This record gives sequence, C-alpha cells and structure tokens, in this order.
Amino acid sequence: MALLQISEPGESPAPHQRRLAIGIDLGTTNSLVATVRNSIAVVLNDADGHPLLPSIVRYLADGSVQVGFAAEAQQARDAKNTIVSAKRFMGRGLKDVPYPENSPYDFVDAPGMVQIRTVAGVKSPVEVSAEILRTLRVRAEAALGISHGAASGEDGAGELYGAVITVPAYFDDAQRQATKDAAKLAGLNVMRLLNEPTAAAIAYGLDNAAEGIYAVFDLGGGTFDVSILKLSRGVFEVMATGGDSALGGDDFDHRLFCWVLERAKLAPLSDEDTRLMLSRARQVKEDLTNHVEARFNARLSTREIVDVVVNQQDFWDMSQTLVAKTLAPTRRALRDAGLAVADVKGVVMVGGATRMPHVQRAVGELFGQVPLNNLDPDKVVALGAAMQANALAGNRSSEEDWLLLDVVPLSLGIETMGGLVEKVIPRNSTLPVSRAQEFTTFKDGQTAMAIHVVQGERELVSDCRSLARFELRGIPPMAAGAARIRVTYQVDADGLMSVAAREATTGIEASVAVKPSYGLSDGEITRMLRDSFEHARDDVHLRALREQQVEGSRMVESVRAALAQDGDLLDAEERAAIDAAISALEKSMAGTDHRGIKVAIERANRATDAFAARRMDRSVKSVLAGRNIATI
Amino acid sequence: MNSPSDHFELFGLPRRFAVDLPALEKRYRDLQREVHPDRFSTAPVSEQRQSMEMATRVNEAYRTLKTPLLRVRYMLELEGGDVLAETNTAMPREFLMQQMGWREVLEEAAEARNAQRLDALDAQVGAELDATFADVEVALDARDGATSASLVRKLMFLDKLREEIGAAQERLEN
Ligand SMILES: Nc1ncnc2c1ncn2[C@@H]1O[C@H](COP(=O)(O)OP(=O)(O)O)[C@@H](O)[C@H]1O
Ligand SMILES: [Mg+2]
Repeated sequence: MALLQISEPGESPAPHQRRLAIGIDLGTTNSLVATVRNSIAVVLNDADGHPLLPSIVRYLADGSVQVGFAAEAQQARDAKNTIVSAKRFMGRGLKDVPYPENSPYDFVDAPGMVQIRTVAGVKSPVEVSAEILRTLRVRAEAALGISHGAASGEDGAGELYGAVITVPAYFDDAQRQATKDAAKLAGLNVMRLLNEPTAAAIAYGLDNAAEGIYAVFDLGGGTFDVSILKLSRGVFEVMATGGDSALGGDDFDHRLFCWVLERAKLAPLSDEDTRLMLSRARQVKEDLTNHVEARFNARLSTREIVDVVVNQQDFWDMSQTLVAKTLAPTRRALRDAGLAVADVKGVVMVGGATRMPHVQRAVGELFGQVPLNNLDPDKVVALGAAMQANALAGNRSSEEDWLLLDVVPLSLGIETMGGLVEKVIPRNSTLPVSRAQEFTTFKDGQTAMAIHVVQGERELVSDCRSLARFELRGIPPMAAGAARIRVTYQVDADGLMSVAAREATTGIEASVAVKPSYGLSDGEITRMLRDSFEHARDDVHLRALREQQVEGSRMVESVRAALAQDGDLLDAEERAAIDAAISALEKSMAGTDHRGIKVAIERANRATDAFAARRMDRSVKSVLAGRNIATI
Repeated sequence: MNSPSDHFELFGLPRRFAVDLPALEKRYRDLQREVHPDRFSTAPVSEQRQSMEMATRVNEAYRTLKTPLLRVRYMLELEGGDVLAETNTAMPREFLMQQMGWREVLEEAAEARNAQRLDALDAQVGAELDATFADVEVALDARDGATSASLVRKLMFLDKLREEIGAAQERLEN
C-alpha cells in the first residue's frame, strides 16, 4: 500500500504530494487543456507548441484516428470521415442538427442521439468528443510527467487525479450527460462539469481581484452563453445565465457561405466543396475582423473558381440578425438577476467570435460601456477550469480559498394534463437544488403512474426538451385521489438531474437516475468502453482493478483524516465499527478482485454515514459559533 | 446534537419579518463555504451525500428568507397557519375590483405594445406590494394569524400580476 497522506480537508497537501489535476475546455471549434503549476494556471501546449487543438476528428479505414491539425488538413478532402463541430450534436437528435443539407455527414438517426457513419463504422458524437479528450489527456500526462499504462502502479503520486470539463452554461441535461460520458470514455475522472462563462469569471476575477457584478459574454464556434455573476470576497455567485446552445461563429460562416453561393450562382455543391467553402467562409469572416474587405477565393472540384470580394459592411448587414439573437438572452439574464445595466461593473468577453467588431459594438451599446478584452478569449475558459480542478483536488492553499455558486440554466418541469408543463425547478435556481411535488391517482385502483420530465421555458410539452420518462409502479390500489405520491427532483452541482419517488402511505420507493430521452443507454456506454479498450490494447480487468484501488485509497485516506479531526464525535463502539470497515477495505485492496473492493467501499460508506452527518452538523454549528464570537 | 430546526435558526437570525439582509447574505456564504459539494470532492461518498443535502437545504433556506413573499409564507407556516386553506379564500370586493382594473390595463398595454404604460403599471403594482408588505409585517409580528393569512393571499395575487407584467415586458423586447 501507499503511504497514507494525512491532511485535513481544505488544507493543502505538501508540494510533492499535490494531486495532478487538469481543466479541459472542450470547445466546438478548439479545445485546450490547462493545469495549475506553482499556483499559476498555464495552458499546456502540444509538442509543436500549439495551445489550441482543433476539435476535429478524422476516422480512417484502417481503424486509426487523427485528431486536431492533422484531421483539419484533410477535412476538405475527406469530408465524410472528418468530423468537425461534433459538440453541436452532443445529446441531440437528427431533427436538431442545424442545416443537415450543408453537412457532408452520413447521419444515422439513432434513438438516443444522432450518429455518423464513417469508414471506421458508426460513431456517436460522444465517441468523437472522447477522441479529443483522450488526445488532451495524453498531452497533459506527457507534460506532467505521468507515464500512462503503468496500471499496476501502487503509489498514487504521478497519477492524473481528475479533470474539470467545461460545458456551455446553457447546455441542458442531455448535453451535460453526453459530455460526462465522453470523459468517462476517454479515461478521465470527472471531478466536475463547469460552466464555461463561470470558468472565465474565475480566471478573470482571481487575476484581477475583481469585486462586484460582472457579465460574461461568451460567443464561441457553436454556442452562446451569457452569465451575470456577483463577485464578493472570494465567492463567485452566478445570479442568472442565459444563452443559445445552437448559436456561434459557425452560423456566421454559414450566412457568408449562403451569401457567396447566391452571388457566385453555383450549382449544388459536393460534400467536399461544401466543406471547402465553409472553411473559406470562416477565413474570410476572421479576415473581416481587421480588414475593411476580404477576398473569398476557392477552386472547386468542378474546376469552377469562386472569387468574390466581401466588404465589412456587407458582412455586418448579413449577420446582424445573428448578433441580435445574442442580445435578447442577455437582457433576460439581467432581468432574471433583478439588475439593471448600470449595476454591471464590467463585461468580460470570451470566445473567438467576440472578436468581430459588430459583436463588440452591440455588446458595448447594450451595457453602455466598453467590454473588457484584456484577457485571451481563447484560453480564459481552460485557465478557469484548471483553477477549479486544482481546488477540487484539494490542492488549494488558504489564500486561494474561494467558492463557486452556479445555477441551473433551464427550468425543469413535468407534463400535466393536456400537454402542458408545470414548472418544478425554475431556471437560475442555485445548485444544488431539490424540489418535491405531491401527486395522487385519478382512477380507482390505479397502481402505476408515468411521469414525464421536460426541460425548457415554454408552456407546451412539445416545445420543451424531453429529458426522461419514468414510471412509478406498485402503488397500492386505493380509491382515486387517496394515494399520495411524493416526487423529488434533485439537480446536483454538475447541473445533472435525478428523480426519486415514494408513495407516502406505503413508503414504496422508486428511485430513478434520469436517463435522458436523448442520450446513451448504459449498454451503449459499456460497448464503447470495450471498443476503446480494444483500441488501446488495454486490459479491462486491470483497468477496473486499478480504478477501484485508487477509489479505495481515497476512501481510506479521507476517513483517516476525518477521524483525526472529529473522532470525538464517536463512541468506542461506533469507532470500532468504522475501523473494522476500513481495515476490511484495506485487506480487499491488497487482492485482485475489483468487485470485492467495490463492495468493501460501499460497506465503508455505509459505516461512516452517521459519522458524516454529525460532522456536517458540527461544521454548520461552527459557522454559527463564529458569528457569536464576532458579535459578542 | 441536532441540526438547526428552521431556516431562521440555520442562519442564526431572529424569527422576524424584518431580516438583516447583509447578515443573511454573509451567513449564506459562510455556510456554503463549509458545506458546498465542491468542498467534498475528495471525500467519501457518505460525506458527499451529506454535503449535497445540507447545501441544498442552505440554498432553499436562503431563497426563502431572502424573498419577502416566500418569507412571509414560511413564517405563517411556522405559526401553523395555512395561506391556501380552502375556507376563507374570499378577498375583499374592493381589492378584486382593483385587480380586474389592473389586468385590463395590462392586456391593453400588451396589445398596444405600449412599454411606457407597462412600466407605469409595474411601478404601481410594486408600490401596492410594498405597502402590503408593511401591513403584513405588523400583523405577523403581532402574531395575528388570520389577518396575516389574508394579506399574504393579497400579496400572492399582486406577485402573480407583477410576474405577468414582467412577461409582457419581455415579449415586447424580443
Ligand atoms: N479574429 C476573428 N474574427 C472573427 N471570428 C473569429 C476570430 N478568431 C476566431 N473566430 C471565430 O471564433 C470561433 C471559435 O471560437 P472559440 O472560442 O475557439 O470556440 P469554441 O469555444 O466553440 O471552440 C470560430 O467561429 C472562429 O471562426
Ligand atoms: Mg469556448
């Protein structure tokens, strides 16, 4: 066994024992990985010194995969097998795909989530994202001096402890779940899903010791988020968030592409030419940020030559409606926060697409102030994620003692009679949040009840996104209206929902982890995991054993720390029961049966339940006591 | 040792309608610093569960105490009163007339896309809310359950109306 490191929660481990943690910005266009070194967050570059990894994955016939620049270079030649902007398909069905007619992919309308047929087989957007995450994991491991595959390693140092992955604040439950699945597939321990604008606020706020109300305006390649935060003495409190998870720089490219198509009067394009034209459009759009005009130039496979001059004003005119689409959610977020424009101290601009002058201008006009552009809009999200990862891994020192309070972006509701939605958890509720509702039966002898959970702001179920359906069975037959079914919805700190239901008179319980209507089944995830292991020639059993051993030593370590701190809360008998569970766990960890370790961990958890509750009460009391001392 | 039994106790504040908001906010942050799940990401599952429950409770208590309407309803509940009791839901006729008048204004202004009119109505209803809160404070602190309950119902009407005005304003902007 490893030597046990005893450190109190909240206390920073000694430098050589720092846990290695990373933050990943999994972007639509570009992805990055960062970490905290000597208390400073840094982006980790690839071997050629590039910080950004284009979020592009190419599948080859021989089963190999190219990720990043190599894939980007081939996108116009092998459009069908080179997946760009896969993030736009995460947790989405075929009907949600924007302009499928201009997309070169061979979409497969799978029941959970749209999939793409490639030469290497049918791929889910989750698998595509996992390739990007895996590439970044390997990059980080190399930079941090971790040798992967040392699966038998006994000591916990030199291991990647965990990762924080960012998601657009406006991502719904299905999109978040898909991101978490992708990280799992890439072999990452996800400590937290963090909202992109919140990550940017951390990086900005900590760097500038900012206090007050700030807005973060994040327009990336495929998503738009706006968050209003209150920064006060180390607490980052999100007051409201809004956005559009299908609006970004890609849409500006598409506008320009359509405009040029019309000008040049081209015949319908092949997939390859479409991809070529779209990437030219992106280039021209970016050129127009700093130039009054730019040349749209392309040689198509039909030997046709496209040569159109675009001036800035034309581009602004054709895309003004897209800019306007960012302003409505921004106003709504302010209103939800109960704030006026004048309350906002600064507007932090994030995301490559905020470089466009007409976006800058519109935001400046709305807020009546020049937006803040003094940080790198490409890197700030990854840097904030790394800071949060460092804190969650327990590495923070006392002067880095800050806390994040985030919100649920979209209201959660359930379907009621007539296809109407009844809101249960309103948008912008601070996480974690839970609400309970009571239902009754409407027929005599009714023994089952279906509940349909949706997410969105509209009144009709058909206008909201279906999250999950579940059924409560075994209601004891009673007269209509006699049963009392209490359904509890909980949204955790990752913004993911779970539901529990119980009938009050009989205590019958049905707990369901919500499986999104748009998502992967557990079976699919297992298959993908198996495929990816085969791919990496990894040993599934060894991997599982290793995982459980790491989990087990975390458990032992933290229980020891808790006992050292609060052992006085236990009597001798209770103490003995916990000691016994811990030594049983240690014994199982010395063996090779990963299931046995898992069981021992569960037992140890149960053995420490009451202790954990008492510790929690003690810490709440300590806050109250602190007040008394200060005021007396 | 028992957990604090009600929201006021959890925040170490006296059970009164007038809440010291800066103290409430400070206590909220102090509590979340101790109990939030981010503080327990390296802890065993048993502690993570406790943290999630307590952080959820702290959020709920904060929302309730911070929001005047939720706070008065909660106080009434603590007193054993029930605002939604089916009996005695009749509102004074005068108030109902005023309500109907305001709703008419709301409909007309929304139809005519008259933002100024909406803003004026919003201010008017806001003033009425403030005045009613002042009344309910007196009734609550005097432990006059019946009067409090009827005033709280009035507040709920007004709050609903204000929400609808907000929705109409939002529709105008988009
Ligand atoms: N100089 C620029 N002018 C206009 N748009 C730009 C510029 N630089 C980058 N972009 C756009 O920003 C988007 C990518 O932003 P990024 O923040 O990297 O997105 P994501 O986080 O979604 O990956 C792309 O649409 C890209 O074309
Ligand atoms: Mg981004």
